[in-house]
Amino acid sequence: MASKTKKAQFDAVKTLETIESKFEMVQILNEKGEIVKDATVPDMTDEQLEELMRRMVYTRILDQRSISLNRQGRLGFYAPTAGQEASQVASHFALEKEDFILPGYRDVPQIVWHGLPLYQAFLWSRGHFMGMQVPEGVNVLPPQIIIGAQIIQATGVALGFKKRNQKAVAITYTGDGGSSQGDFYEGINFAGAYGAPAIFIVQNNQFAISTPRELQTAGKTIAQKAVAAGIPGVLVDGMDPLAVYAAVKEARERAINGGGPTLIETMCYRYGPHTMAGDDPTRYRTSDEDSEWEKKDPLVRFRTYLEGKGIWNEEKENAVIEQAKEDIKEAIKQADAAPKQKVTDLISNMFEQLPHNLEEQYEIYKEKESK
Amino acid sequence: MAQMTMIQAITDALRTELRNDENVLVFGEDVGVNGGVFRATEGLQKEFGEDRVFDTPLAESGIGGLAIGLSTQGFRPVPEIQFFGFVYEVIDSISGQAARWRYRTGNTFNAPITIRSPFGGGVFTPEMHADSLEGLMAQQPGLKVVIPSTPYDAKGLLISAIRDNDPVIFLEHMKLYRSFRQEVPEEEYTIPLGKADVKREGTDLTIVTYGAMVHDSIKAAEELEKEGHSVEVIDLRTVSPLDIETIIASVEKTNRAIVVQEAQKQAGIAANVVAEINDRAILSLEAPVLRVAAPDTVYPFAQAEPVWLPNHKDIVETAKKVLEF
Repeated sequence: MASKTKKAQFDAVKTLETIESKFEMVQILNEKGEIVKDATVPDMTDEQLEELMRRMVYTRILDQRSISLNRQGRLGFYAPTAGQEASQVASHFALEKEDFILPGYRDVPQIVWHGLPLYQAFLWSRGHFMGMQVPEGVNVLPPQIIIGAQIIQATGVALGFKKRNQKAVAITYTGDGGSSQGDFYEGINFAGAYGAPAIFIVQNNQFAISTPRELQTAGKTIAQKAVAAGIPGVLVDGMDPLAVYAAVKEARERAINGGGPTLIETMCYRYGPHTMAGDDPTRYRTSDEDSEWEKKDPLVRFRTYLEGKGIWNEEKENAVIEQAKEDIKEAIKQADAAPKQKVTDLISNMFEQLPHNLEEQYEIYKEKESK
Repeated sequence: MAQMTMIQAITDALRTELRNDENVLVFGEDVGVNGGVFRATEGLQKEFGEDRVFDTPLAESGIGGLAIGLSTQGFRPVPEIQFFGFVYEVIDSISGQAARWRYRTGNTFNAPITIRSPFGGGVFTPEMHADSLEGLMAQQPGLKVVIPSTPYDAKGLLISAIRDNDPVIFLEHMKLYRSFRQEVPEEEYTIPLGKADVKREGTDLTIVTYGAMVHDSIKAAEELEKEGHSVEVIDLRTVSPLDIETIIASVEKTNRAIVVQEAQKQAGIAANVVAEINDRAILSLEAPVLRVAAPDTVYPFAQAEPVWLPNHKDIVETAKKVLEF
């Protein structure tokens, strides 16, 4: 008698497939700048739409100028942002001033738009303590270099808001590679357990340096990792400013109304290298891949959309570009004018009250510096 | 005054600070309704509510991040790491983050966090419970590391640690939790961080020590006294930063010193004390400064603790080498 193929009693594969099928990518604006059929367009005024476009163009120029200033040796550490404007700028656009941002090292644009002066962002790039002397009332932390640390910290900030009964959220960003870290899971899981008002954004730009997203996890999406924490997860087209804005807006509403945290995966792409410190993307990705994603450029589709509405034109765009270039020039000048760092400055910033060893070393360096 | 064990003095300090400052938050694994695995937080959730004293998921790294995030919102977190052997899970939050918080933001943020954690041998715990890892913490700029040896010191130092506006690691030796009682004032008082305490005065030899070894050193000093040696015992109380002044003043008086720690010889902070004495008082020394420390192996299997842990006999032996040099 031929044995029949045994039907699995516990169809775990089907369970997985069912879960994964729930995470479909949300898109509102397609590559041609058209509203996708049945999409819910976020409630934004013409002024808001124009301002969002302005910021995205500005951020693209900021990236181009930063790369060039880095090559001239006038900036230090720099992680390119071109391609991620919708993911970074439109998500920030959905926030309020009282919201607290915990950025990763690529997320300088968000904290600049939240109130960190540009010259300080440049000082951070160069490696100067004045770069991250965050102005009073600007709710941001310096870019986090330890991938995942910002996620567990965001949960603490969010729990703080909950304890103070403040209608505000903590928002934090990591990349696709970052979602493999333990702190990533711990952060979203703690936030879920405490019902803390946090928004976790994973900017899936397809590569962690040279390692493709597929090598990070067998999961079909990163958004579905939210299931492990028991919190809502959303996958959005990260090249679509309207979809990103709508997803963050909705997550924020839910959070401030006691609905707990949300994980948002933005599917996007960085056009440049990982950082300016010698990474060469031609080693690990094809030009076909690049041009495929260039068609998806968030600026192109948003420009087309706004031109169709009659609220954007070349003249406006050029004005933003000029403004950005001028601001950047001014900011670099301001950064150049910052006083050189002294060891005594570094010692002074360690503790409120210097312990004995630092008191002693302060005197030694003060003496050296006076010569 | 009341007779308290060290664990009672710690609970008393936590209660004092929870009352004094509404920003103080106590949290960790099983510190809430359970009152902590050693009863250090017994009754605190009942008195102050779940909003002030609460349990967390089982993840040390997450606890560290939680503390840092809460500190940005003006809270004064006092998290607990159940056993300090588990610190490896949360080293980034402590050494990579909290310790650097003020510095990296150019003094615009600070992290007023006190991490409480039990450690120490002699009570036959399972793996990774008793390891002495204060040496790791002492090497990190931006941290203070406090290790009390008596109920009185524990209360005053913990209140100071909680009030400090920078991160403090407060390590509680498990063997000392309930090993003896001491008169402890019921009212609040503080002991400055970074200040050592001369637990026993003497003129022939200085023993610099901390934690459970303070008691072994006193016992050794008593034995040595019977043989005519007058031994001074300095309890560091804070192992980073060191109280250089007290150490050097004592060495200049006695001209001989040993440093005693429970940690392995390659770990702990004894080498640092020796170097400071060599730098600052070499002309006062009649003999080299020797160390009493555990062998450089992994922390022993429980049954091997008695042959592995340094004790008063090792201290007497090393003291004699220095006295007879």
